[in-house]
Amino acid sequence: MNKVMSNKLMITLYIFPALFLIAVLIIVPLILTGYYGLMDWNGIGSMTFIGMENYINAIQDGAFWDSAWHSLLLALFSTLSLVIYLAVSMILASKIKGADLLRKIYLIPMLLSSVAIAQLWIKVYNPANGILNTILRGIGIENPPSWLANPDVVLYAIFIPILWQYAGFYILIYYAALKNIPESLIESAKIDGANPLQIAYKIKLPLIMGVVKVTIVLAIVGSLKYFDLIYVMTGGGPSGSSEVMASYMYDLAFSTNNFGYGSAIGFLLLIITLVVTVIIRRLTASKEDIQY
Amino acid sequence: MGRIGYILLYACLALVAAFQIFPLLWLVLFSLKDNAQIFSGSPFALPNDPQWGNYLNVWQGGIGLYFFNSVWITGLAIVLTVLFASMATFAITRMNWKLNKFVLGLFMVGLMIPIHSALIPLFSMFLSVNLIDNPLSIVLTYTTYNLPITIMILLGFYYTLPREIEEAAVMDGSSINRLFFTIILPMTTPVMATTVIINMIYNWNEFVFVNTFISSDEYKTLTVGIQNFIGQYMTDWGSIGATLVISIIPVLLAFLFFSNKVVEGISSSAVKG
Repeated sequence: MNKVMSNKLMITLYIFPALFLIAVLIIVPLILTGYYGLMDWNGIGSMTFIGMENYINAIQDGAFWDSAWHSLLLALFSTLSLVIYLAVSMILASKIKGADLLRKIYLIPMLLSSVAIAQLWIKVYNPANGILNTILRGIGIENPPSWLANPDVVLYAIFIPILWQYAGFYILIYYAALKNIPESLIESAKIDGANPLQIAYKIKLPLIMGVVKVTIVLAIVGSLKYFDLIYVMTGGGPSGSSEVMASYMYDLAFSTNNFGYGSAIGFLLLIITLVVTVIIRRLTASKEDIQY
Repeated sequence: MGRIGYILLYACLALVAAFQIFPLLWLVLFSLKDNAQIFSGSPFALPNDPQWGNYLNVWQGGIGLYFFNSVWITGLAIVLTVLFASMATFAITRMNWKLNKFVLGLFMVGLMIPIHSALIPLFSMFLSVNLIDNPLSIVLTYTTYNLPITIMILLGFYYTLPREIEEAAVMDGSSINRLFFTIILPMTTPVMATTVIINMIYNWNEFVFVNTFISSDEYKTLTVGIQNFIGQYMTDWGSIGATLVISIIPVLLAFLFFSNKVVEGISSSAVKG
């Protein structure tokens, strides 16, 4: 038995395809990003080594920090919206008939491509004929904003489809966690005279805190990676007011052929994401469940 | 809790459901209208004289080709991902070697990183081997970037398989290949189904790789195809609506028939944190 299952050749054969692909197409590119960041390079011609210049430029680049700030704002909105999802899940998990069907309905937007979602919401926000402004005019608002063209509201306007897309995902996770709480705990709290709000806050919430922490990490790290939806909806505009880190990097490389500088931004995006992940995990982990 | 309390709670849940469904309902409605009906009538009015021609026009106007590309690229990448992930998970969980935990850790790096950080080097690597504007680059990236999540979903199931099965098979003189392909793999069918569905949704909806690596119309998939397409039809809402509906029908059908698998897959993909 042990001899057969320790056959080096077979082990190599079975692990090789996955290991090779992940090493060549994920690990190597991540390292190369940092290396290309040291180059002056337009993507086609030869590279010139320029040391830390791109990284120094990035740190002094106001547009980059603006994009990082927008990513951070989206992360903040996403985290705050978890409270809404949690509240909905609490209601859903409190012996509601049809809960299973409802949580599946909530999940539908999550299955659609960000491109389709972005195109649909471009139509929703259309100043003249979009459903939103049609409704707003219907209830007597004379001059509803042109949502995606207004630098002051565009980021909020983009966040609504994000909320729409991910609601079902988080509700699904919270619902599953809440359903895992033993009924006996809730019953004995009721006998002790606890009201539904107390049960939710003092008993259910602490019991699913582990899952809540995971969702906080997901919401924040996910926000730092946002790209498709914003790229399609606004392209980062108007005039950079909805640019996020990934879209800024993408435009540098593939619109202006600034591959060296784009790589440096890409590497910073990687470092920021990893650092934020570790920090959030540290902050949210209790002593017993720190694991990397 | 009183009757009124329950009604209020239901009202909350129904409101959320309405918010999730209304934009899609509106989409389906305007996909069947012409601009005159869209711009003058009530947005929630049923289309009088439904414009099924919108669907036919966009399908023949190029969406049919993008749809076909999405189908074969999605399908091929699913097969490769699930096969390679199953083999790797088998080697990691069932075979005896020292570096298995290290290799698993390496795989899991793929769950944490922003793919955009790898995009520029991927582009230059594919350029140097002439795979830019070649659908093979898409199949390879889809296969690779879904491996970590697929392995993670498979992992839990493989750990629960009883050792006795392998012991019996090996006693009988079965080779590793026979053990894996005729005994283990068939036993993992339920969890493989979950990974197939999750891979299908990811691949079908993927945008940035195709947008970056493919420039010819003949190789574009739906997500990138509809981007260009919608550019040409800027003002024809009915055609845009029909295009979007066509692009989301396959995942909605998959959800309709396999909703429990989808729920299972999405829940387990959350654990990745």
